[in-house]
Amino acid sequence: MWESKRDGTHAFWQIVSSPEAVGALKLTFGAAFVVVLVNAVLGTVTAWVLVRDDFHGKGLVNAVIDLPFALPTIVAGLTLLTLYGPHSPVGIDVAFTRTAIVLALCFVTLPFVIRTVQPVLLELDVEMEEAARSLGAGQLTVFRRIVLPNILPGILSGSVLAFARALGEIGSVVLVAGSTLHTEVVSVFIFNVIQDGQAPQAAAVAIVLLGAAFVLLLVVGALRFWVTRYERA
Amino acid sequence: MPRRLALRGVALVYLLVLLLAPLGMVFYRTFQHGLHPVWQALSDPFTVHAFEMTLLATAIAVPLNTLFGVLCALAIVRRRFRGKGLLNAFIDLPLAVSPVVIGLSLYLLYAPRGGWFGSWLSQHGFQVLFALPAIVLATIFVSVPFVAREVIPTLRELGNEQEQAAATLGATRWQRFWRITLPSIRWAVIYGVILTTARCLGEYGAVAVVSGRIEGRTETATTRIDDLIQNFQEGGAYAMAVVLAAIAILVLVLMMLTKPKESAY
Repeated sequence: MWESKRDGTHAFWQIVSSPEAVGALKLTFGAAFVVVLVNAVLGTVTAWVLVRDDFHGKGLVNAVIDLPFALPTIVAGLTLLTLYGPHSPVGIDVAFTRTAIVLALCFVTLPFVIRTVQPVLLELDVEMEEAARSLGAGQLTVFRRIVLPNILPGILSGSVLAFARALGEIGSVVLVAGSTLHTEVVSVFIFNVIQDGQAPQAAAVAIVLLGAAFVLLLVVGALRFWVTRYERA
Repeated sequence: MPRRLALRGVALVYLLVLLLAPLGMVFYRTFQHGLHPVWQALSDPFTVHAFEMTLLATAIAVPLNTLFGVLCALAIVRRRFRGKGLLNAFIDLPLAVSPVVIGLSLYLLYAPRGGWFGSWLSQHGFQVLFALPAIVLATIFVSVPFVAREVIPTLRELGNEQEQAAATLGATRWQRFWRITLPSIRWAVIYGVILTTARCLGEYGAVAVVSGRIEGRTETATTRIDDLIQNFQEGGAYAMAVVLAAIAILVLVLMMLTKPKESAY
């Protein structure tokens, strides 16, 4: 990674601030943000359903959650392309749009929030909620005042991990969004620059991603520190 | 309870629309003209070679990373040394960094012209980039953390009283590892190996950068799927995707059977 610094800080900024690089970075961070919001909400709902609800086939649903971890990302992209691409049997064609990027990133980051919230919900004492309800609290109040404060660290750390994953994702995005002007995420951008034989230039943009990854790891560490504050005391 | 049903509906529809329906569609598309074309696509020599490359890289990366992961976990949980916090943080790095960036760092190190190790190696007639060694290195790099991350929490919970007891009874370090530690962390190791294998088989980004993707030579299964789609040979891509998806489903089943109760996510 030292390569990018060889020509000095000036060259670094020149590459990173080029319109293509800025566009790719903006798109990636924006898409990652939207995806994390979607999966924070729907992931929490899914985790709640998996812990508190009961229905036939729940075990199967629970196992399916890990599919994005097990399925190669390029295959994930291809599966989305068959259903939501040009030959879609349901008439939805989002290929090579920004919607496709969000869809692909939702797929690969789906397990993170669910798998961080689920164990906390399992441990959570139902009696606390029953006590609140017996004191006249409504469903919403119980959720807002009791459940949410407990699972919030889980939601946050899952979201940060998902965000990190979404920033660097390439395999699932490359087939559904390609590298058109408006759908080139930063990892595809870096990949294309390397293919053009300009690896040092690619390294400059990669530094930005590395920096982001480093900061996100620190945030996860800080969250872990905060969550265990009572255990450490 | 209508609210409960509504939440259940939202969760299940989300999973169906995002995961299951697309996956089912790939299976349908692949087999809609019967088994014969699938078999024909899979017996293409370049396709066979791509699968062989992926399997070879996986076969090298998984044992190495299993050994490294167990050693790392033991060091992090049981030892005190300088830089332990750093090791603990850096072992997760491949999970947070884009595979393309990992590929790029290998590219810069091993490029035959201008690479730090690459220029020396190519002078001595050894090519890493765009050859098998680069594919193996990339595969190892991206799958480093999984075994350690599964074993660390299990080791923490286990404590070391049993080992100390064995030590007072005269067991050597080697005996304690084989007789006590390893059997206790067995399931965590197996679970980590399953995750590592899945990651190795499915690696795309890092390998795409360093392999050169030469048909019949350095193409792996995942990069070949991409190349086939780019060349409008959807049939071949679907057939390969279905093989990898079937492996993924097998991985899910194995994960379900071996999952440690307190798995660290």
